[in-house]
Amino acid sequence: MDAFLSAFVSILFHGLAYAMILYVISVGLSVTMGLMGFVNLAHGVFAMLGGYVMTTLMNRYGIPFGFALLAAFIAVALFSIVLERLLYSRLYRAGELEQVLFSIGIIFMSVALVRYTWGALPQRMVVPEMLRGSLDFGFRSFPTYRTFLIIVSFGVIAALWLGIERTNFGAQVRAAVDNRRMAESLGINTSKLFTLTFALGSGLAAFGGGMGADILAINPQYAQDYLIYFLMVVSVGGLGSIRGPFVAALLLGIGDTACRYLVPEFGAFFLFAAMMGILLWRPMGLFGKA
Amino acid sequence: MKFAKFAAIALAATVLPFASAMAQTIKIGFITSYTGQNASVGVMMDKTVKLWMKEHEKDLPAGVKVEILTRDDTGPNPETAKRLATELVTRDKVDFLAGVIWTPNAAAIAPIAAEAKTPFVIMNAGTSAIIPSGGAPYTVRVSFTLWQSSLPLGQWAAKNNLKKVYSLVSDFGPGIDAETAFKKGFTDGGGNLVEAVRMPLATQDFAPFMQKAKDAKPDAVFVFIPAGVQATGVMKAYSDLGLAKEGIKLIGPGDITTDEELPNMGDVALGAITMFHYSAAATRPANQAFLKMWQRDYGANDWPAFEAAATWDGMMAIFDTIKAQGGKVNGEKSYSLLKGWKTDNSPRGPIMIDPENGDIIQNEYLRRVEKVNGVLGNVEIETFQTAVKDPWKLLNPKK
Repeated sequence: MDAFLSAFVSILFHGLAYAMILYVISVGLSVTMGLMGFVNLAHGVFAMLGGYVMTTLMNRYGIPFGFALLAAFIAVALFSIVLERLLYSRLYRAGELEQVLFSIGIIFMSVALVRYTWGALPQRMVVPEMLRGSLDFGFRSFPTYRTFLIIVSFGVIAALWLGIERTNFGAQVRAAVDNRRMAESLGINTSKLFTLTFALGSGLAAFGGGMGADILAINPQYAQDYLIYFLMVVSVGGLGSIRGPFVAALLLGIGDTACRYLVPEFGAFFLFAAMMGILLWRPMGLFGKA
Repeated sequence: MKFAKFAAIALAATVLPFASAMAQTIKIGFITSYTGQNASVGVMMDKTVKLWMKEHEKDLPAGVKVEILTRDDTGPNPETAKRLATELVTRDKVDFLAGVIWTPNAAAIAPIAAEAKTPFVIMNAGTSAIIPSGGAPYTVRVSFTLWQSSLPLGQWAAKNNLKKVYSLVSDFGPGIDAETAFKKGFTDGGGNLVEAVRMPLATQDFAPFMQKAKDAKPDAVFVFIPAGVQATGVMKAYSDLGLAKEGIKLIGPGDITTDEELPNMGDVALGAITMFHYSAAATRPANQAFLKMWQRDYGANDWPAFEAAATWDGMMAIFDTIKAQGGKVNGEKSYSLLKGWKTDNSPRGPIMIDPENGDIIQNEYLRRVEKVNGVLGNVEIETFQTAVKDPWKLLNPKK
């Protein structure tokens, strides 16, 4: 019983840490897909860039972890505005195939550019001294960094949910997701709204990518390697929702960890089987609108 | 202007073939991973080849030149490795194939080497079965086999009061070899291997696996991962989850405390026990000389690891073969010279290529991570066994 309980707590803890990273990275994708109907497969590029900006600032310029992470958020959000205005906005009314091809192209270019700039090796993430080791909670100890990661992510998620529910900006976003024409006719500048939402989603991805550099290693193939996970979070959660992906990320993070903990020889077999089952049962995702 | 161009072409056409006939150029097709998983190891092997050429190109017979053709197999991708090797032997007509980090790639190249009668010098890939007991035609190995390190480590663990050990290896050839060899040495000596877990090769986050190992409360965790940055990942998980505090030791072949990553692992690595054939911290003169050259060229914070030592020795073996033939190499002759090649001057001590099957024979050292002049190093405590032949072949003579 004791062994069972400790296995359960282990899976829950590591799964939660993993889920938080997946959610913070993917939530922006869900909102942009729901809001703009844009299939942005290159969303992972922003997470990867966040990781690179953060590790470069830390390792090369000795900037403390917290500031480097914040800088990654801001830099990538600004960069994404440039991309959105110059490239993405031209394809909002294009078909899905064009959008998919376009964003896959961005992934390939990012692989080459990142390799050219930073080299092929994964970036070293040196966790600050005070976040290393483990914290003793009495009944058992947990790794400090992951505990920190879970708490910070919950903070970010709470701020995000409150923002969407309670602020004027959030109300506009919700209105535009529900019915864009109606929102526009009420005088909401949806184009500006898109840009801001896109920047926020990309910045969050950068934040998640940087904070999760310890779990999802920052390397040139990042956007390709983890694309499947981000898409799973979004499609299982349901497009346009911000709660759906949270539940999906929890399922995915805890499920993946449980697979690795309990049946490592099967890899992620059961996880993918479960995802297929969910999508067959609810093709629009758990919280998607038909 | 037109005339000048014509004259230049005419001159080139007459002189060039002549020049190449005078200077004998020997081509080495060097395949490793410059990208993908373990690209850092590929870069290290490449640095070793460059260092060797810089130091020893002058030792070649007069008029003989060596040209290195480098190719990137992009990680554990046997199809790519096979294609590159085929191109190297058919189009570039190389005289030697060399390098190769990954077992699946080496296994894909060996048959091509045999067919083309081009000697293939494996400089890393450590699964025993790449070279069967009867040898693989035209393939020799200068690196190691996992059986050489993990079997004696199992024997050592059984004798040194580690009663319960939990095994954690990457799920591919070398990992399975490491697990099987350790299990044999350990359980034959009376030890209890409580669980043997195989992790996906591309694992980056080792925390869930290490957590499960911790929950099983063993005396030690035996780990194999294919060196490189994964080694730091393993050490991080071991540290973050506080296994050391629970008195759970970390043991394994030297891949887990690989020399180039060790300085970044932090003090948690202190006390890790490994069995291996090479350590950058070794005090023997040949290693000190090697280390000095390395750090002169690549900086005092850059450490060569076992892959560098094997690449160095592999280049030495190839150069000796070229010299022995006076610069006119022939595949068949080169292969027979490589088998039985030996030196006392390797950074890892005396080594020899088994004349019977072409695999490496070398010493195994028991090492412990300690601080040497403020830097973490794998300090060799004792020469555990000398002139170790691949134990897998001794146990499976028919395979």
